[in-house]
Amino acid sequence: MYSIGIDIGSVATKAVLFNKRIVDKTITPTGWSPKQAGQQCLKKLLETNNLQKKEIKQVVVTGYGRISTDFADKIVTEITCHAKGAHFIDEQIRTIIDIGGEDSKAINIDKEGNVTDFIMNDKCAAGTGKFLEVTINSLGIDIADIDKLAQDIEPEEISSMCAVFAESEVTSLLAQGASKKSIILGIIDSIASKTMILLGKIDTRDKILFTGGLAQSKRIKEVLSNKLDSKIYTSDHSQFAGALGAAIIGWNS
Amino acid sequence: MTKLPKSFDEFSNAKREGFLKVKELKEQGKDIIGTYCTYTPKELIMAAGAIPIGLCGTSEEPIQEAEKDLPRNLCPLIKSSYGFGVTDTCPYFYFSDLIVGETTCDGKKKMYELLKEKKAMHVMQLPQNNEDKESFNLWKKEMKKLKEKLEKQFDVEITDEKLKEAINLRNREREIMKQFYELGTLCPPPIEGSEILEVLYGAEFKFNKEEHIKEMGSLLEDIKEDYQQGERKIAEDKPRILITGCPIAGDSEKVVKAIENSGGVVVCFENCFGVKANEELVAENINPIDALTKKYLNIPCSVMSPNDGRLDLLSELIDRYQVDGVVDIALQGCHTYNIETATIKEFVNNEKNISYTNIETDYSQTDTGQLATRLGAFIEML
Repeated sequence: MYSIGIDIGSVATKAVLFNKRIVDKTITPTGWSPKQAGQQCLKKLLETNNLQKKEIKQVVVTGYGRISTDFADKIVTEITCHAKGAHFIDEQIRTIIDIGGEDSKAINIDKEGNVTDFIMNDKCAAGTGKFLEVTINSLGIDIADIDKLAQDIEPEEISSMCAVFAESEVTSLLAQGASKKSIILGIIDSIASKTMILLGKIDTRDKILFTGGLAQSKRIKEVLSNKLDSKIYTSDHSQFAGALGAAIIGWNS
Repeated sequence: MTKLPKSFDEFSNAKREGFLKVKELKEQGKDIIGTYCTYTPKELIMAAGAIPIGLCGTSEEPIQEAEKDLPRNLCPLIKSSYGFGVTDTCPYFYFSDLIVGETTCDGKKKMYELLKEKKAMHVMQLPQNNEDKESFNLWKKEMKKLKEKLEKQFDVEITDEKLKEAINLRNREREIMKQFYELGTLCPPPIEGSEILEVLYGAEFKFNKEEHIKEMGSLLEDIKEDYQQGERKIAEDKPRILITGCPIAGDSEKVVKAIENSGGVVVCFENCFGVKANEELVAENINPIDALTKKYLNIPCSVMSPNDGRLDLLSELIDRYQVDGVVDIALQGCHTYNIETATIKEFVNNEKNISYTNIETDYSQTDTGQLATRLGAFIEML
């Protein structure tokens, strides 16, 4: 028997096939139809692992697209799922920092992986993947490349919290002759600062796991670690923490 | 799922039906006084033979119009109240002979300065502290000023006799409202939080208090009878939520809906239409003006500094309603409630040892998804 967890985020849809361990995982852009993206992931996991739907004990769906599906046996919020996923990745995790496409959150969990407190960003793109995407687009650079940039330059200061204002701030920095690299570092700093404001509202506790799409960037992790003055961990499964948690909930039910 | 007692319909339509009733009352020559806040001593208005009516301010609709004069980042309740006034789309506002306001928060008192261009307005100076003797004296003086204003404008005499009568009537109404919302102490509660809210809010538009008390009595009886006969429409294991903070009604009811859709049950509303307004009665054995001064000054709203009364009240309610989690609602731009969230969180988490979350929202429906996630996760956490 297996379980499947699907995390339909605003940017990417992640899915995990599980039977007490992670058997397989897949990711696809969510695009305009969260329902289709979820279905696609489900189908892919079944096909590549030669499984029938009846061999799946439960499909648990989370993420913002969770309400739009018709194939879920259960829907659970991404906060609970992240907690379960992070606990599976490392039992010593007590705080999760999750920065996704359109929201960011900090979650405290206990030694059993239960949520004890959490905080989410307000309805604004500041400090999220969207902020990075919007601002970095105006530089003509791909998000995947930000870690390849030189580390030894001073970041420009991006003071606008609003993604739209920050975009025009980037444009004027470019006009003033600032280098693209220093601007990118400034953007990353801005995201980290906004995340710090969020973290200030809950008691962060070691160990800290960084999840969500932005956890792929070593640079963001480093800046956050420095600002927090505490080591932050990531995992190969960081981006899949929500889907993993959903799969675990399905497995345990 | 069982159906609600039929008498419940009376309340869910109260606001709309009130529109027609107020027109009738006006045609009968009754004086109408518009109010905006729980601090308004309605007993004085009733003793003047006039009818106090809560004015519209819970809908998104007129906000765009209001923002022509008011800053965008102001609390939606103030913008909505003002918007309804300037567009003259609230029948209660239209029929009001006078509006009574109070200097509660900065937003409201400055908004009143603009609104008085549209309608005769009397603003009471509310002290910002409810512990000092000086505050009591100031508020008492304001009570007297309102009394004089009403006597002069409507050419009546507000005798102690009439005032005591009004106090007694309002106390009886509060008592029955209390009995009603205390249904939430039952486990499981007989009705949903949204239904409790509907009746609490509906009470604002019941102008004949004697009739209202009777209706409430029979509604209570119906619900209790069903419950005693074993009817249960709410599962016993649902997490029990207390809502505190800004007033919740109309468009902000989305928060209650989100809690219910996530599998929680709201058992107590500490807010303005609920416990905050009704819990403390007006003393009937002392001078009526002193009694009113004391009761209204004691309302634990975040405009007071310090506002320890809110903590005392919450502490008692959390125990009495066996609350599992507290949801603190601050409307965007409501500085006093927004700032107090830090104190409330600390108190609920560390003194009462239960879970707490705060939601900042407005009257728009744009954050429905966010609310579902936040409140969903909160309920899952309990």
